[in-house]
Amino acid sequence: MRGIRWAAPAAAYLLLTCGLATAQTTLRIGLAEDPDVLDPTLARTYVGRIVFASFCDKLFDIDQNLNVVPQLALSNSTSADGKTVTIKLRPGVKFHDREPFNAEAAKFSIERHTSMTGSFRKPELAAVDHVDVVDPLTINVVLKAPYSPLIAQFTDRAGMMVSPKAAKEAGDKFGLHPVCAGPYKFVERVQQDRIVFEKFADYWNKDNIHIDRVVFLPIVDSTVRLANLKSGALDLIERVLATDIKSVREDKTLSLATALELGYQGLDINVGNGAQSKNPLGQSDKVRQALNLTIDRDALNQVVFNGEFTPGNQWVSPENPYYQQAYPVPKRDVDKAKALMKEAGVSAPFDVDFMVPKGAETQAVAEVIQAMAGEIGINMKIRVTEFATSLKQAEQGNYQAYLLAWSGRTDPDGNTYIFFKCNAPQDSMGYCNGDVDKLLDEARVPSELAARKAIYEKLTKTILQDVPKIYLYHRRILIAHMKKLDGYKQMPDGLVRVVGLSFK
Amino acid sequence: MLSLLGKRLLQLIPTLFFVSVIIFSLQQLLPGDPALIMAGEERDPAVIEQIRQQYHLDRPFPVQYVYWVQGVLSGNLGESMRIHVPVLDLILQKLPVTIQLGSMAIVIALVIGISAGIISAIKKNTFWDYAANAFALWGISTPNFWLGIMLIFLFSVKLGWLPASGYVPLTEDWRASLASTIMPAFVLGNAIAAILMRHTRSAMLQVLESDYVRTARAKGLYERTVIFKHAMRNALTPVITLGAIEFGTLLSGAVLTEQIFTIPGFGKLIIDAVFNRDYAVVQGVVLVTATVYIVLNLLADIAYVLVNPRLRN
Repeated sequence: MRGIRWAAPAAAYLLLTCGLATAQTTLRIGLAEDPDVLDPTLARTYVGRIVFASFCDKLFDIDQNLNVVPQLALSNSTSADGKTVTIKLRPGVKFHDREPFNAEAAKFSIERHTSMTGSFRKPELAAVDHVDVVDPLTINVVLKAPYSPLIAQFTDRAGMMVSPKAAKEAGDKFGLHPVCAGPYKFVERVQQDRIVFEKFADYWNKDNIHIDRVVFLPIVDSTVRLANLKSGALDLIERVLATDIKSVREDKTLSLATALELGYQGLDINVGNGAQSKNPLGQSDKVRQALNLTIDRDALNQVVFNGEFTPGNQWVSPENPYYQQAYPVPKRDVDKAKALMKEAGVSAPFDVDFMVPKGAETQAVAEVIQAMAGEIGINMKIRVTEFATSLKQAEQGNYQAYLLAWSGRTDPDGNTYIFFKCNAPQDSMGYCNGDVDKLLDEARVPSELAARKAIYEKLTKTILQDVPKIYLYHRRILIAHMKKLDGYKQMPDGLVRVVGLSFK
Repeated sequence: MLSLLGKRLLQLIPTLFFVSVIIFSLQQLLPGDPALIMAGEERDPAVIEQIRQQYHLDRPFPVQYVYWVQGVLSGNLGESMRIHVPVLDLILQKLPVTIQLGSMAIVIALVIGISAGIISAIKKNTFWDYAANAFALWGISTPNFWLGIMLIFLFSVKLGWLPASGYVPLTEDWRASLASTIMPAFVLGNAIAAILMRHTRSAMLQVLESDYVRTARAKGLYERTVIFKHAMRNALTPVITLGAIEFGTLLSGAVLTEQIFTIPGFGKLIIDAVFNRDYAVVQGVVLVTATVYIVLNLLADIAYVLVNPRLRN
């Protein structure tokens, strides 16, 4: 009887301790927006890429220094004519539905990206003609023309592999229950509330997965997102405001992880898109050079961002291997700017319609530029415009200067081609220069960094001369997380990688 | 009573038709191009063209309207361009959340507003009256977003009593559900409580000075009976209508409150849809909101008749 009396509490204790020992660990990540559809072919948002990083592995990935590293692929090589890229695949990889990942699956995924109705990957993989299966773990990606940024494209959504079986069954509804080959598998999604993933037991790199579940919670307001982190309701948040950096650093329970972004913040100038371009700024490269010289990027960075960002003057940051050291960030030179204005023969002061997307930071940046430009007689008339409206107005050429950010791509081609090629999708500036077009195409051929950098140097020189765009600064990707979260490293693409993370 | 109900229900049809035309027309006035937003950062022309075709954005406005109305009449409100989920599913998922939040807010508003209004009226020109008036002024003049953030800092960050944001369904865990909605419900209900308090006070003051109340008091009835049985019933008639109208205000207030507290309800759904130019979602949500609003007004009219027997004929 005495034995029985002790047995119950003992069993309860055992159950409790076992329960504690096997308690599930959950990583709660606060996102700045609700992601769009979770189908790598149909997805288009930056925030969606953060979610994909935890459940949808790619053929290649990047490291902290922007080097391409293998993920689902093991290696790649390009033929002498540059038109065939051979990719060796990792053996023993399974999708979340236990289907094997092999050359057939890779071919299916790439061709789904290039052919599916509504695919946003089509422009990224426009150079791909078709994919050949060489053996069960090798594919040949055959190109229409040499295209060296291809492997860089495979480090993003275009390189994400989906289970052919699940994708065929679900069709365009695949995003409602995505099946990939990443560290976590999809559990559920409540729109605008949460997206839940759980550890995938058969993941190829499962020894480096130490957390059981990952939950993404979209919280739009940055103050509330930070409050959630501070109150312990979240473990990690993305897009911390530069003005909140101090508050995060002062909190002993929090850590800040940063990396310089792949993109930039710049000023588009309407040089040839409709009637609005017919003004001194749009018509004279000297006036644009003067405006460029009058902007004190260091002061801008200090005033608006407490010096936390990095001033820039090119489409890649000064830390990027493709940055052209021969053209450093210019110091402010008002005398030279005035001389250029005189040379251009324009009668200052004159007004410029300056379209600025709504936002506290963008408006502050615009005001600093306005104050500086005013000194050489360029009256930047700020017109704060809601973002979606501003895109349409830019497309229609209804602006003279437009403050616009670009999130950036791993390969410099992604930061240049669609902006400067004549009539390119992002060329709302109306810029067209035959020499630039030639250089942009040439830069897509060689695969060695030195050879490409030499071509980009010529491109940099021309763009800095013509100034259709003024590059201002590069933001730091700001991620705040609880100190107890161990092993977090920030990559320049801003994504949150969950492999290797654990709780102390 | 039944014929009144029938008449009012019939009136719903033209009202909803006009609402649908207005929603559709106003949306066309929204600057910006949904295809341009949907096409991602790259904005490839081929992709933009294909989105326009897929969602009939390349068709003339009346044709787009006919497509939409045909769908609505067959119970299909379309599909979200952004997340590829049927709009009806989204609405059915979000509506209970906002209804829960709205109901809690209206209960808070009614309890605070009516009791403060009555106390203020019967204790006219005393400390309680001034305190209730000060509360009303504070409630009306405090912006939702500010109060929300202050409450989060106090109860979540400093005291750690309540979750800073998020939502737990009632069916999952009622305690956690109440904890997650009490702050947003208070923020929402606060402004309405203030308005209700002002109206209850003036209505009560008017009724308390009327002849029948004087008669009731002269009969020697308890003051409690005079106030709760005789005065309050008459005084509350306009307050009921106001409550129904304020429920509509509450739905619009939910837009901001849900955004601050990250409550995945109607308000958050519509604000995200507007910023992403997700037309089908905006149309669906506004149509349902308008219908709810009209039905609530109808219910208020019925309640009016129930409270005031003279209107039955």
